[in-house]
Amino acid sequence: MATKPDMLNIERDHGRFKEIVKGNIRKNLKEFISSGSILGRRGKDKVSINLPQIDTPRFKFGSKQSSGVGQGDGQPGESLGGDPQQQDGAGQAGQAPGDHALEVDIKIEELAQILGDELELPNIQPRGRKNVASTKEKYSSIRQVGPHALRHFRRTYREALRRQLVVGSYNKDNPVIIPVRDDMRFRSWKSEKAPETNAVIIYMMDVSGSMGDEQKEIVRIESFWLDTWLRSQYQGLDTRYIIHDAVAREVDRDTFFHTRESGGTMISSAYKLCADIIAKDYPVDEWNIYPFHFSDGDNWSLDDTDVCMNLLRNTILRASNTFCYGQVVSAYGSGQFIKDLKEHFGDDEQVILSEIAGRDAIMQSIKDFLGTGR
Amino acid sequence: MSLPPELEEQRLIVEKIAREVGLDFFDTIFLMVDYPQMCELAAFEGFPRRYPHWRFGMEFERQHKLHGYGLAKIYELVINNDPCYAYLLEGNSLMEQKLVMGHVMAHCDFFKNNAYFRHTNRKMVDGMANHGVRIERYMDIYGVDRVERYIDNCLSIDNLIDPYRMTDAAMSPTQGGLHGVHVDPRSNLEVPRLKSEKSYLEEWINPPEAIKAEREAREAAQLERPRFPAQPERGIMGFLMEHAPLERWERHIMGMLRQEALYYVPQRQTKIMNEGWASYWHSRLMTEHLADSNEILDFAETHSATMAMPPGQINPYKVGLEVFRDIEDRWNRGQFGAEWENCDDMHTRENWNRHLGLGQEKIFEVRRVHNDVTFIDAFLTPELMDRLKMYNYSYDQKRGQWIIESRDCAKVKESMLFQLTNYGQPIIMIEDANYRNRGELLLVHQYDQVGLDKKYARRTLENLAAIWKRPIHVRTIDHRGKTIVWSHDGDKFGTGNETAQS
Repeated sequence: MATKPDMLNIERDHGRFKEIVKGNIRKNLKEFISSGSILGRRGKDKVSINLPQIDTPRFKFGSKQSSGVGQGDGQPGESLGGDPQQQDGAGQAGQAPGDHALEVDIKIEELAQILGDELELPNIQPRGRKNVASTKEKYSSIRQVGPHALRHFRRTYREALRRQLVVGSYNKDNPVIIPVRDDMRFRSWKSEKAPETNAVIIYMMDVSGSMGDEQKEIVRIESFWLDTWLRSQYQGLDTRYIIHDAVAREVDRDTFFHTRESGGTMISSAYKLCADIIAKDYPVDEWNIYPFHFSDGDNWSLDDTDVCMNLLRNTILRASNTFCYGQVVSAYGSGQFIKDLKEHFGDDEQVILSEIAGRDAIMQSIKDFLGTGR
Repeated sequence: MSLPPELEEQRLIVEKIAREVGLDFFDTIFLMVDYPQMCELAAFEGFPRRYPHWRFGMEFERQHKLHGYGLAKIYELVINNDPCYAYLLEGNSLMEQKLVMGHVMAHCDFFKNNAYFRHTNRKMVDGMANHGVRIERYMDIYGVDRVERYIDNCLSIDNLIDPYRMTDAAMSPTQGGLHGVHVDPRSNLEVPRLKSEKSYLEEWINPPEAIKAEREAREAAQLERPRFPAQPERGIMGFLMEHAPLERWERHIMGMLRQEALYYVPQRQTKIMNEGWASYWHSRLMTEHLADSNEILDFAETHSATMAMPPGQINPYKVGLEVFRDIEDRWNRGQFGAEWENCDDMHTRENWNRHLGLGQEKIFEVRRVHNDVTFIDAFLTPELMDRLKMYNYSYDQKRGQWIIESRDCAKVKESMLFQLTNYGQPIIMIEDANYRNRGELLLVHQYDQVGLDKKYARRTLENLAAIWKRPIHVRTIDHRGKTIVWSHDGDKFGTGNETAQS
């Protein structure tokens, strides 16, 4: 075997491995969605997922029953401070601990793709008039002048070599290449126009006393997946968060999910704030706007409900792509609000209503919201 | 990829010195690779070509991550082959390259001379590449998914081989079908009854005496039935290759994977010795011959990093090296034999020196005839264990923690030998390939204080059932000390005890 080991069979195997990982996620998607376990493991553009059962099973000893030998200080009876069998990174077969799932990174885009495939979500058609062309500068071009920091060594060398070959000053036995000014090449930028569509999600959540921790967790999980999907559809995605009980205020993401108030509920306060935010920051012809509202369906009074309907009809709906209302079933809520919405907007395609009975219903609810492709 | 001139020069020097000090190795070819290539080769276990399989991709990703986070550095990668192939990492210092060369040559000496490697295929680079080509061809014919899935099944049992039957590693896949398994049609103890139209005729059509006699005959036949296999069989992979209902290509792949598994057995049986031997020699070669005075500190640092003892583990490099040094020292001073064993005067023992100078001769002998189990059993002395600060640990159920159990030499040694026996894998044998006279497969775990992991057993059984195509059972002992049988019929997993099932 005199050949050099330079063939890249590993790319084939690596691709295959990634396929298997994706297949595994696809198969367990519902579980991943309901458990919410991947939420805390999110990086900038990647998520870490613990995949069970991807290694090759073999007969092996039960881990907690076996004993082993180690080296180092310590008296008999002292704790080792951790599981010695888990530290084994040497990849010896049969030594890896049993419960340990494989942790893999997956790009958020790929995750969105899987979500889209599994739920058969249609791609969103951005509203045409809202396309803004933006220019981007990319260093993909070459010039003959420029700062030395951007010198393109290989091109410069090639030019110099070519010139020396042509004029005959290249000496095979002493292959010194000296570039002159004309040989110099520099990296430079090119402007590219890219159509850009912007989108904003405005999350509104009822944090009144009747919304419990479990209800909030459901909202949190659902919003992660909504984010993931919409991010894959729009290049720039803004998110805004509004919480409300009897009054509404805008908060950051963290507060949004962890606040619990005890007051009553006036949904109109949130809708009013939402309408204000849209008017202030998101000109309708430049933005795709997605208000999502989550509540347990309790509202203070019928009067307030009427105010809500008016706000929706006259301002929010006019500005938005869709308006989504998710009603999380709670032990304390009456669940009346969704009925009112149905009554007023039952045949309006722009309003999407979804009832979320529990964690297992999250997947269906996502499908309700995003299944229209608007 | 071949070595740059200055390294080639060093290689010749290292090789010359290594041969002078008595190492005897196959020609060793060093190739220079960059980090991505090194990760790739490490994923392929050093071989430039393997069959297509996702697990290599998984290993590659793992290697890459380890490197990315700076957690690990692969220094040496060497293949037991004639000639030996070894890889040097681009960008390592000259000192590191010299160290690796010395280390690798000692490995090659070990591969060539240790008795347990005698039957390994010395053309395995070609062997692996051939397996790659064959399996690729099968994938072309039968589809990647199908072949890969089958390989997954086979890999699930590639630790169920008989390490003492290396010689028939080249066993060619021949017969097919349930060779030798005879399923008796009278397997069912329940005697079928003839159909009787009228209930009052029942007694006449199916006379009770006749039914009873038939049933007894069947029970007797059940007992007489010759066992198959006649002796419990440890080479499960080989057995399945011969006797499972496989298609030709499946049989062929099983055979190839079995050869690969058997090829790795000696390396797993001699991990401590092999690394100890290589470390012993790289240390001697570097300090006595190769390292320049300005390199010696860097060498010391690198060497001590490889000798680190992380808590809760044993470092085979460290333990192996220390045992070899101890053997050399003891045989130089004559600390062996009946007189030494019987001497219990501390002072005399400490100053015992017969100036025999047999150390070198002894370590070369040891590297020829021992494997890890016998090596540790024979040469890990209580004094040495004390010096190496060895202990054994176990899991404390009450505290929910791993704790140091004891530093008692006998206990630690017992624990260590247990870990090394069958290279840390449970011993499982086929007891009956015609279990319950239904062509089912009964495996038996040779229980020795430690039970099997149920989750893994369940998935392994499922893969086995896919190969055997009949239900699979494994008999073991659970954590309460009761004999249990786990079964899988391809769809369902079940737990039972033997009496309830037969």
